[in-house]
Amino acid sequence: MFQAAKSLDDALAAVTDGCMVVVPREVSGVPMAATRALIRRGVKRLHLVALPTSSLQADLLIGAACVATLETSAVSLGEFGPAPRFAAAVTSGAIKMMDATCPALHAALQAAEKGVPFMPLRGLIGSDVLKYRDDWKVIDSPFGNCDPIVLLPAMKPDVALLHAPMADRFGNVWIGRQRELATMAHAADRTVVTVEKIHDGNLLDDPVLAAGTLPGFYVESVAVAERGAWPLPLPDHYAADAEHLAEYARMAATAEGFAEYLDRYVYERRAA
Amino acid sequence: MSMNAAPLEFRSEELLADVIARLIGDVRHVAVGNASPIPATAALLARERGKGRPYVSLLGSPKNTFWTDGARELFDCAGQGRIDVFFLSGGQIDGQGNVNLVSTGDYEHPKVRFPGSFGSAYLYYVVPKVILFRVEHSRRTLVPHVDFISAPGVSEQNVFRPGGPIALVTNRCLFSFAGGRFTLASVHPGHTVEEVIENTGFDFDRLATVPETPAPSPATLALLRETAAPQLAEVYPQFARQVFGVGQAALSS
Repeated sequence: MFQAAKSLDDALAAVTDGCMVVVPREVSGVPMAATRALIRRGVKRLHLVALPTSSLQADLLIGAACVATLETSAVSLGEFGPAPRFAAAVTSGAIKMMDATCPALHAALQAAEKGVPFMPLRGLIGSDVLKYRDDWKVIDSPFGNCDPIVLLPAMKPDVALLHAPMADRFGNVWIGRQRELATMAHAADRTVVTVEKIHDGNLLDDPVLAAGTLPGFYVESVAVAERGAWPLPLPDHYAADAEHLAEYARMAATAEGFAEYLDRYVYERRAA
Repeated sequence: MSMNAAPLEFRSEELLADVIARLIGDVRHVAVGNASPIPATAALLARERGKGRPYVSLLGSPKNTFWTDGARELFDCAGQGRIDVFFLSGGQIDGQGNVNLVSTGDYEHPKVRFPGSFGSAYLYYVVPKVILFRVEHSRRTLVPHVDFISAPGVSEQNVFRPGGPIALVTNRCLFSFAGGRFTLASVHPGHTVEEVIENTGFDFDRLATVPETPAPSPATLALLRETAAPQLAEVYPQFARQVFGVGQAALSS
């Protein structure tokens, strides 16, 4: 049940070493302040699920050696180029990669959301994405006539971690049209949220706000983190910090540059 | 090109957008993925020509998407056949229309890692017209066999597949795709068939005489520059500035 967090670190207690964490794509509200806090705490061996893709967040966590397994459909810095720490970790074998395709991740979480063991999905047959996923199965559709279809096991993350514009004191979180955040929360065992601000009153009292609200019933803890998606964007609130992302892409191109980035922007140690 | 008219000045991006807009044809709904400024330009051009048809969804553009049910809505929409055209690219594309967005070398010990398959392993099957787009036309990108099949060009008969590739557009030419093979459909102005053969790693079919890709007309260039480009600037500000010299329209907030 919901508890107001005393601090960001307090809220993140649910993210323990080795747990499965699901995080959203770049345009949905990526908890970057929380990500930096997890790196500072030194979280280890995460099974990170990025729904369905990631950018800076996965690259940072991988570069900082927080990730054992990455399950996603793509990691890229978009117009700032490839995700350098991700590419380095996959080519060196430092992380286990579970390549997926976007709708497969949505569907696997929807299965968990419904409490059913699997979800069928079209496509995939004949691809190497399917070939390397021992956990996905192909059956002959019981409703078809020689109609093979892929089944994806329900995905039940230990924690869903997300950033949203606001929450109230009852743990209700306003997510607007970013409905995949609700799917993540419904599927996960626990949901940890950072928000820009606390809303006075109850979000569920207003039918307009209620339609875009993730009920506190699903939420374990909420912490305020202003500009908590920075340097990534928060839709309808602030844009990406393009200058910073370009700087990240430059610095993270080498292991040394990445270590310097962590010092400067994550550990916030002053340069000598 | 008529002998007495001065050759039109156009950029290769404008030619490619014109080629893609023709491939889109008269359809209901075109969706364009992330990081695809030229296909986005083409989709906006098609929408201008069709006076609002097709509906264009540009991923990453709040003004040009209607999704209210989360990121899955695009895929659910496509799965029902509500998306007619989509675009895919690849680090490698081979002669059977297979695309590789994952890695080169052995999958478990890759030489080069690309971002990943995105929605390709699903959308390639269910969207009727998938247009492959890869500007760099070289033996590095157009290979005999991809190292990893993110999504196959063709499927076994019994696999549900209303969709698949119809064409491949590069900076040198246009290939059409049918029956599991590419055919050289036209070569862009300033390029040659020999050059296409030299720079393509896979076998393809061609007629004895291969036509030249028509240059964009003055009317098309005007539509691109005056109408499509300013809309593009919302999603691809850098591209719109570099190619069309336009900035983003003033934001209301």
